[in-house]
Amino acid sequence: MTLFRTAALGSALAILAGTTAMAGCGIGAGNVSIIANDFPAIHTIAEAAEACAGDGLTVTANMTKDHQTLNLPGLTSNPAQYSVAVIANSSIVPLMSDGLIRPLDDLIAQYAPNLPDQNKVTVDGKVMAIAFQANAQHLFYRSDMLEQAGVAPPTTYEEVLAAAEAIKSKGLMEYPLALNSGAGWNLGEEFINMYMGEGGALFEAGTANASIENPKAVAALEMLKNLTAYSNPDYLTFDSNATQALWESGNIALATLWGSRGGAILDAEGSTEDVVKSTVLAAAPTVGGGSIPASTLWWDGFTIATNISDEDAAASFQAMMAGMSDEVIKAHETDALWLSPAYTPTPASVGVIETVKAGAMPYPMLPYVGLLHTALGDNLAPFFQGSQTAEQALAAVTAAYTTAATEKGFLK
Amino acid sequence: MPHRTFFWFILPSALAMLLFIALPIVSVVIQSLYVDHDQVLVVSENCGPFGCTQSTSVDAAATAKLSEAAPLGRFNGLGTYLNRAHLATAEIAQAWRTSGGMAGFLSQVMSLPFYKALSFTVAYTAIVTPLVILFGLAVALGVNGLPRMLKGPTIFVSLLPMIVTPLIGSLILYWMIDADGILGKALQWIFADPALSLKASPTLTWLTLFIYGIWHSTPFAFVVFYAGLQTVPEDTLEAAMIDGASRWERIRYVVVPYMSPLLVFVALIQLMDNFRVFEPIVGFSAQANATSLSYAIYSDLRGDNAQYASAATTSVLTVLGVAILLTPVLIRTWRDFNRKRA
Repeated sequence: MTLFRTAALGSALAILAGTTAMAGCGIGAGNVSIIANDFPAIHTIAEAAEACAGDGLTVTANMTKDHQTLNLPGLTSNPAQYSVAVIANSSIVPLMSDGLIRPLDDLIAQYAPNLPDQNKVTVDGKVMAIAFQANAQHLFYRSDMLEQAGVAPPTTYEEVLAAAEAIKSKGLMEYPLALNSGAGWNLGEEFINMYMGEGGALFEAGTANASIENPKAVAALEMLKNLTAYSNPDYLTFDSNATQALWESGNIALATLWGSRGGAILDAEGSTEDVVKSTVLAAAPTVGGGSIPASTLWWDGFTIATNISDEDAAASFQAMMAGMSDEVIKAHETDALWLSPAYTPTPASVGVIETVKAGAMPYPMLPYVGLLHTALGDNLAPFFQGSQTAEQALAAVTAAYTTAATEKGFLK
Repeated sequence: MPHRTFFWFILPSALAMLLFIALPIVSVVIQSLYVDHDQVLVVSENCGPFGCTQSTSVDAAATAKLSEAAPLGRFNGLGTYLNRAHLATAEIAQAWRTSGGMAGFLSQVMSLPFYKALSFTVAYTAIVTPLVILFGLAVALGVNGLPRMLKGPTIFVSLLPMIVTPLIGSLILYWMIDADGILGKALQWIFADPALSLKASPTLTWLTLFIYGIWHSTPFAFVVFYAGLQTVPEDTLEAAMIDGASRWERIRYVVVPYMSPLLVFVALIQLMDNFRVFEPIVGFSAQANATSLSYAIYSDLRGDNAQYASAATTSVLTVLGVAILLTPVLIRTWRDFNRKRA
C-alpha cells in the first residue's frame, strides 16, 4: 500500500515537474523534507507545501504511520534527513528532550509576524512548534437507532451504556457500540481518556511516579469493560481504521472515535446514505458524575529540525506556513478542525469543538507519559479477558512503567 | 583438504561472519549492560492551543552534556537482565513466597512479560516444528505418487503458502477470521455460537497462530523432502517390495532412514525460524494474547521511547535460547562427524 502510494506520488510529482514550472511560493532555494503521520489533514498541508517546489526549492514528504519511529533517528543525524517533523502533543516530547528541534521565534518574527497565539506551542517562553489542527475522541451516534430504541442522545457514559442496552434489547443490533479498544496504544488512550474524565491524575504531582492504583482508575477500567461488553467480540483488535469501517458498515450505533475521522465518515464514500444521514457528532460524554468530558485534547503541528542549515530552516518554515495558508484551509474545511482564523467550523468538527468547549483536558506533554501509555497498552488486556482483576492489571502497569522509567533515567 | 588451503578458502566467509554476526552480537551484549543517564528535568510554563500549564520537561542541554561524557550511558551490570521486564528474579522470588500453590505461582510467573513471551515462543516452536516436518513429508510422498501430468500444478499450488509474504498472508487470514469475515462467520455458524471469536480468547489465538505457522512453513519442508525423495534408490525400494514390505513399511524402514540428514536439516532450520516467530503476531494483531521474544524486542524499539538496553537484553536472552535449543542437534551432528572420521 505504502509502496503503491509512493509510486503514485512519484508519478504525480513527475507530471507536475514535466508540465508546469511552479512559482515556488516566493520562498527561494532550499531543501524541505517532511516526516509526518498519515491522515487527511496532514496530506492537505503537505500537498500544499509540495506545490511550492520549483526555482531551486525541493519539497518532499514521507507520510507514514511509523513516523514516530523514523523522526528521532532522522532528526538526530547531522545534517538531519528531515527538515520538518509533523508531530502531536505526545510525539514532540522526545524530539524536544534530545534538542533535535529548534526554537521558532526568529522565524515567526521574520516570516509570520501575525501568527495567532493559539497556534504557538511555547515551552519555557520559546515557541517550539506551530499547531495547525486540534483533535479529540468524542461520541458518534446514529440518531435513527436511538429514536427507534426510544432513548435520548447520551451525554454521560452511563447513558451510553443504557442506550446500548436499549438498542440491543430491542433487537436492533447485536453489538451496537465500538471504541478504539485494540490492545496497545489505542487501549492505553481509552484508559487515559476515561481516567481523566473520572478526575484522575496519571502522576504524583511534580514527580515521574505513576499514580494509577486508586479507585478512580478502577472505576475507569470497569466502565471500559462495561462498554466493550456491547462491542463485537474482536474488540481487543480495534484501531481507528477498524472502527471507522464498522461505523460505515452500519453495524454500530454508538462509538467513541477520533474527530479527525469525522470528515471521512460524513462524506459520501464507503457507506450508505442512511448511515451518513443519521450520523451525529457530539461532545465526548462525561463519566462518574464528573464535569469534564472523558477525553483528552490533542493538537497536531510542525517543528523544524535543529541539525539543518538556517537557509533550509527558513525555506521549511515558509513552505509549511504556505501549506497552512488561508486559501488552503478554506479549500479543505471538512478535513479537520483547523486552528486558523480563516476556518469556519463544519459538521465534521462539531464533536471536537463541543469537547473543547466542555473543558476536556489536553493530553499531558510530559517526557515520561509515553512510557506510561505503552505500559497501559501492554498490560490492560488481561483485565478485559477476565484473567486479572482491575487492581492486578493496574499494579502490573505500574510495575512495567517503573521498570521502563528507571531504565530511561526518569526514576531512580 | 590441506589446512592452508582450507584457511584461504574459508577466510572471506569467516571475515564476513565476524563483521556481520560476531561484532553486532558483541555490541548488543555491551549495550545490554548499560542504561540511559538520569534525565535532568526542569519545570516551566508550557502553552498551546488549549491554554497554559506548569509542566515538566527534559533539560536537553544538560542531558546532552551527560551523554557526551559517557556515550554508552550508566553502567547497570546485569541489572536489566534481572529486572521485571526480563528474568524478574525479585518478582519470582516474591511470587514463590506469597502464592499458595503451584498453580498460583505459575499464573503469577506467566503474567510477567518475559515469561509470557517465552511460553508462547517455546509452545509455538514445540508444536509447529514437528507438525511441519510431518505434513511436509506427507505432502512430498503424496505429490511423488501423482501421475506426471499433475505433478507440476500440484507442486506450484503446494508452494503458494511460502510464496506469500508472511505479513500479507497473516493479514489476509486475519481479515478472514474476523467475526464478520468469511471464516469467522462460518465457524460461528458451524459451532452455533454467535460470540465465537478467534481473536478474543488466548487459547484460540494461540491455535490460530500455530495453524498459520504450519500452513506457512509446510511448503519449505515439502520442497526439501520432495528433492530428497528423487534420490531414494529405486533398487532398495524394489528389494523391500519383493520382501513383502507394505507401503508404510517401505516409508518407515527405507525412505525415512535414507532421508534422516534432510530431516535433521529441516528440524534445525525450523527450530531457529520458529523460535524467532514474529510476523504472524503483527499480522494477526495478536499481541494481547500472544507475544514472542522477537515481538518483545520489536515493541521495545518501536515508537519514540525506544528502550535499547531492554531490547539488547532480550536479544541476548534469545540468542542463548536458540543456542540451548540447538545443542542436542549439534551434539548429534558432532558425534556423527567423529564416528565417520574414526
